[in-house]
Amino acid sequence: MSDIAVSVQGLSKRYRIGAPATQSSGMRESLRRSITGPFSYLSASLREPTDEETLWAVRDVSFDVPKGQVVGIIGRNGAGKSTLLKLLSRITEPTGGRAVIEGRLGSLLEVGAGFHPELTGRENIFLNGAILGMHRTEVRAKFDDIVGFSGVERFLDTPVKRYSSGMYVRLAFAVAAHLEPEVLIVDEVLAVGDAEFQRRCLGKMEAIGQEGRTVLLVSHSMPTISRFCKRAILLHGGTVAADGPVNDVVATYLQSGHGIGSSVTWDEATAPGSGSARLRAIRAIDADHITQDAFDIRRPIGIEVTYDVLEPLTFVPWIQLESDLGGPIFSAFDTDPDWRQPRAPGTYTSTAWIPGDLLNEGTVVVTISLHTFAAGGKAEIHAMGRQAIAFQVLDAGDGTTSRGDAVGTWIAPVRPLLKWDLERDQA
Amino acid sequence: MSAVPGQVEPLVIEPTRGWRSLGLADVWRSRELLWFLTSREIKSRYRQMALGPLWIILRPLLTMVVFTVLFGHIAKLPSNGIPYPLFTFSALIAWTYFSTAVGATSGSLVAQLGLISKVYFPRLVIPLAAALGGLVDLAFAFVVLGLMMAAYGWAPTWWAFAIPLYLLFSMLTALAIGLWTATAAVKFRDLQYATTYGLQIWLYATPVAYSASLIPQSWQLVYQLNPMYWVVAGFRYGLLGEGVGPKPIMLIPLGVVLALLVSGAYIFRRTERTIVDSQ
Repeated sequence: MSDIAVSVQGLSKRYRIGAPATQSSGMRESLRRSITGPFSYLSASLREPTDEETLWAVRDVSFDVPKGQVVGIIGRNGAGKSTLLKLLSRITEPTGGRAVIEGRLGSLLEVGAGFHPELTGRENIFLNGAILGMHRTEVRAKFDDIVGFSGVERFLDTPVKRYSSGMYVRLAFAVAAHLEPEVLIVDEVLAVGDAEFQRRCLGKMEAIGQEGRTVLLVSHSMPTISRFCKRAILLHGGTVAADGPVNDVVATYLQSGHGIGSSVTWDEATAPGSGSARLRAIRAIDADHITQDAFDIRRPIGIEVTYDVLEPLTFVPWIQLESDLGGPIFSAFDTDPDWRQPRAPGTYTSTAWIPGDLLNEGTVVVTISLHTFAAGGKAEIHAMGRQAIAFQVLDAGDGTTSRGDAVGTWIAPVRPLLKWDLERDQA
Repeated sequence: MSAVPGQVEPLVIEPTRGWRSLGLADVWRSRELLWFLTSREIKSRYRQMALGPLWIILRPLLTMVVFTVLFGHIAKLPSNGIPYPLFTFSALIAWTYFSTAVGATSGSLVAQLGLISKVYFPRLVIPLAAALGGLVDLAFAFVVLGLMMAAYGWAPTWWAFAIPLYLLFSMLTALAIGLWTATAAVKFRDLQYATTYGLQIWLYATPVAYSASLIPQSWQLVYQLNPMYWVVAGFRYGLLGEGVGPKPIMLIPLGVVLALLVSGAYIFRRTERTIVDSQ
């Protein structure tokens, strides 16, 4: 037995995506096609796909994971993360390359794992045990732990198709984590559960790592990856774009344009907008008006939008911030009296300042629009930059932030530094 | 989750080229899963049904009534001195198991794609569980047949002990067809309709509703190449003492079934590695 738990060498996976559709022309052509269709479908399914019909979801990926290491796998949607995990879980076979896994493998891909919707929670626990190759008595020994962890006691005899997605993923994670795999593969499950459960999941995975077992974790949440993994692998276009210490790789991901950038500009031709106004630039800036990808949680953040006014109307800039955990954080209008008057055509720049110690750690995505309010409060939107830019909020973790001495994941879109009063009651 | 019990050697993941072994040892190690999937197949079939397990018996019983009225009373076909209900029901239970097993195996891969795309386990377990699932129905049907035979005062012959072998024969036949169609149905979903239709025709090509003695002598040779002919004949011979027992010509359909079964299993193994991709 070597010290390497997972060894991946040149792993590749090619998918058939179908040929680009050719346009149908006329009645005669469609008649012909309805007759030849089944045959061409048959022959297209049986022959080797051509280059333009295929997509390399994972191409020539290599890395080694030592026993006991917790590795984060990051990248944009479609970068090949899920395909890589599917290959390692033996759900689908690679087109090329090779991977060697030492020890029992448990995987939790997407929501639900190997659950059968018609079966109850109880039956599904045993089903998953059987899939993992465990005897019923072994599963029974772990049963109480699994149920306790998942918190679905009351619904054990309900078919899982009636479960909420949160309950589903809680049970799935509990089963995967408690059946003692030596290598655990987890794909983006934490996005579904509630805060309390996410905390328990991370704790459990941390414990698994400390027991010398290996974890491969896919997540879109950079704070989770940073906090939980020492090492990260960045996938881009199916290949390894970066592999190394987690902070370096996360920074590479955020800065390389693999994610949305912290600034965006448009020329006149592509600028989103109407005949009345159009957006020209949006950026996230610090107090010195310098564009930044990442901000210290204590510092103010400026969201600056530059736009052309083409018709003399009243324009109200509006921003909305979303968290990478999903859901909006807040939205805000410019409430300055200036906007209540029509503006002369020209180029304007509005900047909204978000105070320090307000947003929580994590990725923040910004949407910006320009509104005109008519009588009765009806709004017309002239230009919108939907999820135009994103930036990071980071916590130095030196004990001087709103985190205090606490460690672990804080789940909430905001994390204000509050003023606390302390008085001792008179006896 | 994915693993095979007792697995100590490192797991190697790489593309397989050409054919690969059936991995029957892996299937055997997963027998606990096979048992679970089989019982789940049975349970989920009758869940949320008002009459529940009653359907198991009703389906062949109603068909028996139809056959008895149509062929026994209206068409007045011969049943060689055996009460028509007994005559047709003894064959129907064999046929019902077979057609259920073919239907379930054919659709099994498509039906379980959800599970297949999330976890690894030896995929051969799926059609096996589908073929085994019908055995419970058969057991119930046997009880009904036993009651009917008692009511008519009819006793089985010693050949009844051969019935498990005939049953095995029909299971192998169902699996042989099911493995081929299940594999192909992943890519070509229309095959499931074709299978249903094919089974209907097959039913009338098998002496279930009528006696094999009605077939002209010149056609008997072709007629007897049907493996289900022998299964049905074996059921009737053992239970009612009517018709024929095993004959050497039976080895031809048996050989064909075994060839289809083995080739089907290899085709299945060849396809299973990319099943998830062709969704």
